[in-house]
Amino acid sequence: MSETSYRLVELMVVAASRELPDNQAVLVGTGMPLAAAALAKKTHAPNLLMCFEAGAVGPDSLPRLPLTVGEGITVERAAEAASMLGVMSMAARGLIKYGFLGGAQIDQYGNLNSTVIGDYHHPKYRFPGSGGANDIGSLCTHTIIIMKHDKQRFVKKLDFLTTPGYLTGVGARERAGLPKNSGPFRVVTTLGVMGFCPDTKKMILLKRFAGVSIGQIIEETGFELLVSDNVEEIKAPTQNELQILRESVDPNGALDMK
Amino acid sequence: MNNDLKKGKNTPLASYDPDSFRDWIQNNKSINKLPKLVSMQKAIQDFLKDGDYVKLGGFGQVRASMSAIYEIIKQGKKNLTIAGHTTSHDLDVLLAADAVSQVEVAYSFGHEFRPMRSPVGLRLIKEGKLKVTEWSNASFAWRLKGASMGLSFVPARFMLGTDTFNFSGAREIICPFTMQKYAALPALYPDVAIIHVNRADIYGNCQIDGMIVSDDDAARASRRVIISAEKIVDEEVFLKDPDRTVISYYNVDAVVLAPFGSYPCEMPGQYWFDEYEIANYLKATSSDAELKNYIKKYYHETQNWDDYLQKIAGNKRLQDLVKIAKKEINPPLIKDVWEK
Repeated sequence: MSETSYRLVELMVVAASRELPDNQAVLVGTGMPLAAAALAKKTHAPNLLMCFEAGAVGPDSLPRLPLTVGEGITVERAAEAASMLGVMSMAARGLIKYGFLGGAQIDQYGNLNSTVIGDYHHPKYRFPGSGGANDIGSLCTHTIIIMKHDKQRFVKKLDFLTTPGYLTGVGARERAGLPKNSGPFRVVTTLGVMGFCPDTKKMILLKRFAGVSIGQIIEETGFELLVSDNVEEIKAPTQNELQILRESVDPNGALDMK
Repeated sequence: MNNDLKKGKNTPLASYDPDSFRDWIQNNKSINKLPKLVSMQKAIQDFLKDGDYVKLGGFGQVRASMSAIYEIIKQGKKNLTIAGHTTSHDLDVLLAADAVSQVEVAYSFGHEFRPMRSPVGLRLIKEGKLKVTEWSNASFAWRLKGASMGLSFVPARFMLGTDTFNFSGAREIICPFTMQKYAALPALYPDVAIIHVNRADIYGNCQIDGMIVSDDDAARASRRVIISAEKIVDEEVFLKDPDRTVISYYNVDAVVLAPFGSYPCEMPGQYWFDEYEIANYLKATSSDAELKNYIKKYYHETQNWDDYLQKIAGNKRLQDLVKIAKKEINPPLIKDVWEK
């Protein structure tokens, strides 16, 4: 593969990594969220404090992509080798601003399903469930979600609401008892990047990948997607980003299988 | 306002009653330092019964209690309820061996960042053979902390507003100080905790290298605690560094020496995942017949845990996993594992 060509999974990870600012803490899930956070730390966000629900806080530099957020290398030269209670409590008391998740289905308010497809008792497919997702989506102030973009996944009504987004809209999280001023921040997909409209908490298209039209993104979304007046085109991954992703973030090719 | 408070539609599948736990502890636990080193066969026979609620230690495929699971399967234990506080390969082989009838799910039926999932859980749910309820990972951490504090519930600011809550055994409450809504999570007092650790002494003191997950509180909250350890060390190791003791002897009922006890899962600082064996297992799950054959061949037709390790991995592979953990060699490329 030449330096200038890249796969869709790499494009998503690069786009997601750019959404993470420096000098913040992020609580990451296994897979693409972890890859994107590790890439951010090795490029524009060297002070990013990576936190893992199994107990690790702030590994200095990951030698490869951990296959789970519990893998031993997450505590190498770390700030804490704590417990799940310790890490989740950091998020509960407001110290971890960003949460980074995947999901199987999402609705217009950024609510996520990672539990079942179909009827709960007679499912078509059974996913692992919340894991730490419900906790991360409840407690972090800014949740970033990364997932494939199509009508089966971007749906009007979730088969199961595993992790809270903005629930039913403005004020719903607060009414449910969730911490105030928290909720989904970005959704990075195979087609572009969405945010949430401050007035309605509904999903809004902010950025698109090159070669993807706004019409195509609307077409692949099963609910009414708001569109920003100024939809930016996302810059292609740089050679530097791709090289660091392939050689330093994921040298044993865990992302290659996705 | 209190009339509007919601309740999860399921009931907790373990006891949340502190007084029955206190009575049990006072009648069954000793604070004397007694030697507890036994075989895994005896530990499982003596301390794990059919129908028990079991909390497995570690985090999915990291520091898993595989040598204990081997023995549970070999002894044909049935109708266990498992705390799915991130369970992965450990739960999956128990399901494959028909040892489990209920799971309190936070993360279950998944295999982290592997390109394949086991369909065993889905199959059992569809056939009506497996009851599941929904929780989140932090809710297990909170529930075990609540039990370790001798309480019946703890308040939390997650689960709220979701189907995860609706399908759990949690309830909403109002804080008497702020009048804010909380999720009340029932304390979790498991019948048995099984925890694999890096080193223990014969009395049950334990050190864990790396993250603890919720194993400190799981050991305090459970009626029976079975420890398996990569290494048994002298008591002096604990006496000179008491701040490193994650689990103290008075919580523990049995200590078992189990080198490579987490295999084919990882043991932080000691050995890496056997990706070839995890792939081998996941491929076997695609057919019922193949999976039955796998359990028969590797669990029932091997003599003991050491024989299992030899039959599946052999010394050369085990030593390679140690070398990966020590950074003497690189882990395999994931595509080489799956294309093999």
